[in-house]
Amino acid sequence: MAIVTMPQLGETVTEGTVGRWLKKEGEAVAKYEPLLEVETDKVASEIPSPFAGTLTKIVAAEGSTIPVGAPVCEIGESGVEAKAAPNASTTAPAEPAARVSHNAAPSISSDGEADDNRYSPAVRKLAREHGVDLRQLSGSGRGGRITAKDVIDHSGAAATGQAPAAQTAASVTAAPAAHVAAPAKLIPVAPPGEGDTSVRVTQMRKTIAEHMVLSKTTVPHAWSMVEADVTEVAKWREREKEGFKAREGVNLTFLPIVVTAVCGALREFPRVNATWAGDRIIVRSHVNIGIAVEIEEGLVVPVIRDADRLSLSGLARAITELVAKARSRKLTMEDMSDGTFTVDNTGALGSIASYPIINPPQAAIITMEAVVKRPWVINDAIAIRSIMNLCMSLDHRVLDGSVASRFLQSVKRRLETFST
Amino acid sequence: MANKTVLEGVRDALHNEMARDSRVFIMGEDVGPRGNVFLITKGFLEEFGRDRVVDTPLAEASIVGIAVGAAMVGMRPVAEIQFADFIYPAYNQIVGEAAKIRYRSAGGNSCPLVIRTPYGGGVRGALSHSVSVEALFYHVPGLKVCVPSTPADAQGMLTSAIRDDDPVLFLEHKRTYRLIKGEVPDGDFTVPIGKADVARPGKDLSVITYGLMRHFAVEAAETLAKEGVEAEVIDLRSIRPMDRSAILESVRKTRRALIVHEDQKFGGIGAEVSAIIAEEAFFDLDAPIRRVCGPDVPAMGYAKEYEEAFMPNPDKIAAAMRDLVAI
Amino acid sequence: MSSPRAAREESLASASNDRLMKSEPKVRVSLPEGLSADTLREMYYRMVLTRLCDDRAFALNRQGKIPFAATCQGHEAAQVAAAYALKRGTDWVVPYYRDTALALAYGVTPREQLMCLFARKDDIFSSGRQFPNHYSVPDRKIASISSIIAAHVTHGVGMALAFKMRKEPVVTLITFGEGSTSEGEWHEAMNFAGIHNVPVVFLCENNEFAISVPQKLQMAVPNVADRAAAYGFPGVICDGTDVVATYSVVHEAVERARKGEGPTLVEAKVYRAMSHTSDDNQLTYRTPEDIEALKGRDPIPRFAGWLKDRGLMDDEMIAQMKKKAQAEVDDATDWAEAQPPPTEADLYTHVYASGPLS
Repeated sequence: MAIVTMPQLGETVTEGTVGRWLKKEGEAVAKYEPLLEVETDKVASEIPSPFAGTLTKIVAAEGSTIPVGAPVCEIGESGVEAKAAPNASTTAPAEPAARVSHNAAPSISSDGEADDNRYSPAVRKLAREHGVDLRQLSGSGRGGRITAKDVIDHSGAAATGQAPAAQTAASVTAAPAAHVAAPAKLIPVAPPGEGDTSVRVTQMRKTIAEHMVLSKTTVPHAWSMVEADVTEVAKWREREKEGFKAREGVNLTFLPIVVTAVCGALREFPRVNATWAGDRIIVRSHVNIGIAVEIEEGLVVPVIRDADRLSLSGLARAITELVAKARSRKLTMEDMSDGTFTVDNTGALGSIASYPIINPPQAAIITMEAVVKRPWVINDAIAIRSIMNLCMSLDHRVLDGSVASRFLQSVKRRLETFST
Repeated sequence: MANKTVLEGVRDALHNEMARDSRVFIMGEDVGPRGNVFLITKGFLEEFGRDRVVDTPLAEASIVGIAVGAAMVGMRPVAEIQFADFIYPAYNQIVGEAAKIRYRSAGGNSCPLVIRTPYGGGVRGALSHSVSVEALFYHVPGLKVCVPSTPADAQGMLTSAIRDDDPVLFLEHKRTYRLIKGEVPDGDFTVPIGKADVARPGKDLSVITYGLMRHFAVEAAETLAKEGVEAEVIDLRSIRPMDRSAILESVRKTRRALIVHEDQKFGGIGAEVSAIIAEEAFFDLDAPIRRVCGPDVPAMGYAKEYEEAFMPNPDKIAAAMRDLVAI
Repeated sequence: MSSPRAAREESLASASNDRLMKSEPKVRVSLPEGLSADTLREMYYRMVLTRLCDDRAFALNRQGKIPFAATCQGHEAAQVAAAYALKRGTDWVVPYYRDTALALAYGVTPREQLMCLFARKDDIFSSGRQFPNHYSVPDRKIASISSIIAAHVTHGVGMALAFKMRKEPVVTLITFGEGSTSEGEWHEAMNFAGIHNVPVVFLCENNEFAISVPQKLQMAVPNVADRAAAYGFPGVICDGTDVVATYSVVHEAVERARKGEGPTLVEAKVYRAMSHTSDDNQLTYRTPEDIEALKGRDPIPRFAGWLKDRGLMDDEMIAQMKKKAQAEVDDATDWAEAQPPPTEADLYTHVYASGPLS
């Protein structure tokens, strides 16, 4: 038994109206014999029968409007066509294509690998805006990729004080494959409450923050301290400072004195003027001393290049100039780059011991603490002496205790015997 | 409101404008007693007379060239090219002449001409009754190109096109003529040229499309909605001028863009849309821009298998949408 | 169409004293209808003015001041005659790039012509956007054209169709060279014009060369006018170096169209004295002797002779006219050269009615 369907008579036609049936139920029909009349709004046609047999059942009555592809009658028996022959008409278009053909998106083999460094532009931008550390996230995207939604969800969770659970997939799409183990979670912070104030984080502060985190998490810090008896230097300085000021036009502080001592010690122990480079240690030939300068927004460390070649007055002038530039925001990129060692005058504000954070890629940093008068033992007798502590943090990959200690002893000795 | 097909929308726009403005006339092959091969202008000859419903000789270049001349002296001709596949002989008149007249006369002359033509496949039209030609024309400054896909847009935009002082190429997807029905406002109304339509709002990805594909994209979006993905479908409606801000607003919101067009992929409208998104919304993208398009073969073959392989459909679009949100 | 040809043959029979033509004379003895003495002198002036503009264009080109010039030398009679056969201010002209005389006779001024040669911002045709001689002055009924050969012919037919629809008594004159008549669109335009009986005059200025391609490689028929019969309307030939003969033929065609009797194809036989444009060198395809011989056909001294014969002009008047025309051309040159060119800011105007759109 075969079913005859409404043909498509015209390119854009979607239905047809049955005019007259040209055969009655029970009547024999030959193949191609006119079976019925069909009208569309473009054309009226006699439809030839696709099958030979007997018209067993008229399904669509005269005058009825039938969609293209719907049955109009059944033809049974004595059918030469045992199987349903293809209709003269076209069927309604678009049986769903089971396969994804070429004009769909190509299969995603190229960006499927777990690659948590492939941050999209949106992810980077959102991470910056929300202060999210991308290394702390797990991604719900294909292959463990971090998506924009992951960043938003994460920053939202952090802001509301919830301990973020393992990141859930954003949609019902395939769950991501096992990803790289996530580092320690971010410490949840309660949002500002009544009375609290919110201080905007400037670009400088962000940069400092990033730098400090980087230093502390990638450089193994070790620490040592010596005490230097600077009584003689202090006296010398007292005697000299007015003449110095008159001659050089700049103040004679302890800083250029300490820098001179540091430069001498660095020449003696060049290994301290070096940097860890993964597969080697690079020992720098130039001694470029970074001087920590406090300004309103934070700390900057402008650099005195080839400080070992400057005289005391040269250093004093260089320091004064850099401090002035820093305070008037006129430091250039060149002023800030290529430092090999840093000196930080923490003592200016009264500190007697500090644990400074190394300024990567340098291998060490020294602080000069406050000069304090203390009772001291000299030649087994007690005297009042001016004591300055010198603290040093060192990159334990580049330096071990013995080199560091010898270096510090050298700085101490040079200070204790300065200029006299 | 009235429920109409796209074809009826086109017809009513033509009819209403001819009744309203005596400068409007139509010229093309078989537009007279035959009423156009899709019966769009059925009855027009009887109503408006031979002067305003002109059966032209079989000569596409002059169908447009003569309409250009009439437009230059103040008429509002609507020239018909029977199938977009036949438009190529008229290419110089459209692109080299009509589009340039205002510019080359520094505003002294203008060409308020509409060229209407049916395009697109899905009707077993084979190699020469199924092409999409928009990519060849939307490149041309001075020309406007419309691609409406709903009855209201067809009627409203054709009305705008006829009233526009610049030449407009009005592309009607022939599969939508009778397949797509929709609500159309009563009376006189226009839909502006140059504004896209949010066919379906969503937040998880933007599907930028036009023509028959708008309807397929909406259908695919409904399928995805059941899977928890809300796709936004933007129907461009007009590809020159193109509504850049609608595209960018959507992509900035969803961060994922899928462009769907029936036309061949290489150098199609999707290429320009991609460039716009990449230039202006790069930092908002969470995934690469993707396109679902016709294949880069010369045309759609006659066999059903060729046509189905060529044309995007709701399933292919849904698959691409699923893939895009998973990245 | 019999009367112009018959009248011409009649005038051939009655000898004329055209001193310059050795071959059979083709000029009439009496003043043709619609042409007063003043008008005839004015037409002569326009020809002289055109010639001087033409020479100036090439001089400027050789000076390196303008990059491009196209000549109409040899066409002046046909073009001026056609211009005066139209109803100025009513009838439309759709010219081509060799129609300098037609333009200057139909309302374009020497200053406007020179502005376009110098591509100045205030060039009224296109604000410096088009090549020289691409006229466009809609309020003087001169249509905008492009450089695409024969693309304008369908435009002229469309314009004529519009005037017919609006029942306005406007005739459209479309001019072109014989090369144009090979373009498919030219035939489509002729076909439509014949079917729909539009009020148009097709004027072919046949100078026998399309750049270097001679007429016999352009068509298999001896005359362009022979083609009109295929489209159902008359084709007429005239001597395009004879002002009065061309005027009569074109005028009759114009009035035919105005009365609703349909199109005419007029073929004016002219010659091209110089190379196609300043970028061509016709010595690569024509002999120096052939080119030299063309001087004997120059329509300007020929028309001067005709006017003098009828006592409408004398040598002093001719000299004065030349002086006046030269002064006009000099003024136009100096003035246009001093005008500002367009700037980058002018790039985006007039793309669409409402400015540039993405």
